[in-house]
Amino acid sequence: MIFFSRIHALVRKEFQSLLSTKSGRLLLIMPVILQTALFPFAATLEVKNASLAVFNEDHGRASVEMMQRFAASGAFTRIIPVWSGEEVDQAIGTRQAMLAVHIPADFSRKMAAGESSPVQVILDGRRSNSAQIAFNYLQSVLDVYLKDRASAAGRVVPSEIVARNWFVPNLEYTYFILPSLVAIITTIGSLIVTALSVAREREQGTFEQLLVSPLSPEMIMIGKAVPAVAVGFFQATLILIAAVFIYHVPFRGNLALLYGAMFFYALALVGVGLFISSVSKTQQQAFLGAFVFMVPAILLSGYTAPVENMPVWLQHLTWVNPVRHFVEVVKGVFLKDASFGRVLVLVWPLVVISGADVPAQDRVRAGVFHFKSSE
Amino acid sequence: MNFISWRRLRALCWKETLQIFRDPSSILIAFFMPLLMLFIFGYGINLDFSRLRIGLRIEDGGAEAAAFAAALTGSPWLEVHVYDSRAAMERALVDSQIRGFVVIPQDFSRKLKQAGETAPVQLAADGTEPNIAQFVRATVNGVWQTWQMQRAEDRGEDLRREIMLEPRVWFNPSAESRNFIIPGSITVIMTVIGALLTSLVVAREWERGTMEALLASPVTRTELLLSKILPYYGLGMVSLMLCVAVAHWVLRVPFRGTITALWVVGSFFLLSVLGIGLAISTGMRNQFNAAQAALNAAFLPAVMLSGFIYEISSMPVFLRGFTHIIPARYFVSAMQTLFQAGTIWKLLLPDILMLLGTTVVFIGLTAKLTKRRME
Repeated sequence: MIFFSRIHALVRKEFQSLLSTKSGRLLLIMPVILQTALFPFAATLEVKNASLAVFNEDHGRASVEMMQRFAASGAFTRIIPVWSGEEVDQAIGTRQAMLAVHIPADFSRKMAAGESSPVQVILDGRRSNSAQIAFNYLQSVLDVYLKDRASAAGRVVPSEIVARNWFVPNLEYTYFILPSLVAIITTIGSLIVTALSVAREREQGTFEQLLVSPLSPEMIMIGKAVPAVAVGFFQATLILIAAVFIYHVPFRGNLALLYGAMFFYALALVGVGLFISSVSKTQQQAFLGAFVFMVPAILLSGYTAPVENMPVWLQHLTWVNPVRHFVEVVKGVFLKDASFGRVLVLVWPLVVISGADVPAQDRVRAGVFHFKSSE
Repeated sequence: MNFISWRRLRALCWKETLQIFRDPSSILIAFFMPLLMLFIFGYGINLDFSRLRIGLRIEDGGAEAAAFAAALTGSPWLEVHVYDSRAAMERALVDSQIRGFVVIPQDFSRKLKQAGETAPVQLAADGTEPNIAQFVRATVNGVWQTWQMQRAEDRGEDLRREIMLEPRVWFNPSAESRNFIIPGSITVIMTVIGALLTSLVVAREWERGTMEALLASPVTRTELLLSKILPYYGLGMVSLMLCVAVAHWVLRVPFRGTITALWVVGSFFLLSVLGIGLAISTGMRNQFNAAQAALNAAFLPAVMLSGFIYEISSMPVFLRGFTHIIPARYFVSAMQTLFQAGTIWKLLLPDILMLLGTTVVFIGLTAKLTKRRME
């Protein structure tokens, strides 16, 4: 019983130091709001409002029809007509246009003669990913146009591809971003809270006071872990609410399963955070340590670029990255109604990672003994 | 307006330089972080899908189905896993083991042979990964088209596409994403050095009261400002050159510009971010808050709103407007030009002018804030 009342007191103290100042409270909530408002619009690989430069040297009906299809597709909000090769250079060079289409003078003539008519498309390689996506748009618009022409002429294609996107039929990027954000933002919150709390106490000298109190090292650890887990849950819940009610991303899975996995995720972060704080002497070092861990962890989580595109050795290395596993959990449960078994596969690495705080515990214990023996 | 004593300025700069080299955290930020981040961006952030994992289920026993399956398996862009049951394949999609699947339905070969009938091929892509889904669709579509044309040719039929789009990628002919991501990522790295490092270090001086000691000495405002800017400018330039050298020789992203142009563009950008860092630290005076503010005001915008991964033109209007005051945006554009196109002043000049503008704004802001503090 004493165990619980002591822990209770300690946790209360931790919450007080976390929430006592206005700037402290603000730091827990402002980044969440700011990033939830900003990320879905900014951090997306979606190609919208692309502009297309058109250099049409042909005046036949087919080229006009094709251009009309491109203009009507909605993928390109701006069509820039240009009249010379230099203007094409200019439009691509100055980033006015992402793609440029060059229709040669003999385009309609070749089509009428039953030949295959080439159309040159220039892609801005300085943004090759977006340009390729835009090019794929163009290609699919053209495919539809050619199919329409074929059926108008009474020709039947021997085969066709019937494509469908599972889980997110219209490929809305917000469906991809918001579940990932749940993982990313809680990472920042929980990690900084744990990493800085021990460092702050050490800098202010109150850590020694904790050590001489009747609290055991395990209790101190639990006292530091509870607020971090709470912060993680709180921030994740905020984003979940925003995702479902503001961005209208349908939640398809089991909420209890998600929170269960989140508990282990938060523990993994606490493990990493305590490890960082145990090796830092000052708050500044703890902050830098957290930063040095967080930037690679978030960038290599599969959010920015898929894990499978990395070199194989790096893919194996990302196994120790808690963010990678949890991004998968949230996306899986949120959008695909992932099964318990699937979540379990993703959670057990988190349990292993949370063991990172074992050295930290040892250090605290060592501190205790060191302190007691010097008395 | 102010009298500058070169002797005093030299002494101040020397003091600042010593401080940089004696502080392990500044060395960590200036040399370790850049290399770590270049490494992450170089190997971890890859948007080129070399091997897309897809599932394949052949429900048709005909030779045509086998031929199409062979075309898919033979594609260098696909890693095809053949499944015995549809249920197992769908589970693999839910578990993210595959990113999409192709089903060749039962009567595929029969319908293909029959004139006037269209044989469908079913394609499903994992919509929870919109970028990957786009590439799965485009790749399978490409394989299918080539196969169909090859088949028609073999049978002596004319199935020529009336219009062929011929893509050509400018600036980055191999369309490798690292060729634009690495030059862009140097921007993020320089932002960390310029803004995070200075904001932490200068805030610490305020926190410890050594700034007041400086202010009590006969040092003028201009001298003080210059003594904070010059050593960090030097440090930043060394880091920049180091990054470009590593990018060029180690990561093999060809640098086509001249060192002079790099120096000019880099100087203005560095001065802008130093201005941001100094303004933050002068305004905040507290290390922890300064670091948080630097993270939110400099680092996140440099990652999300600079256009180095996420296309600015795809953002909503209010965000697009906001990106104009972010120095990183112009530096990303200039670096991509320098790396991929070379020293083309026509393209660089607008960026340089805008960077000059942001430099004046942020250094001016710092000067103003310092003045207020001194009074």
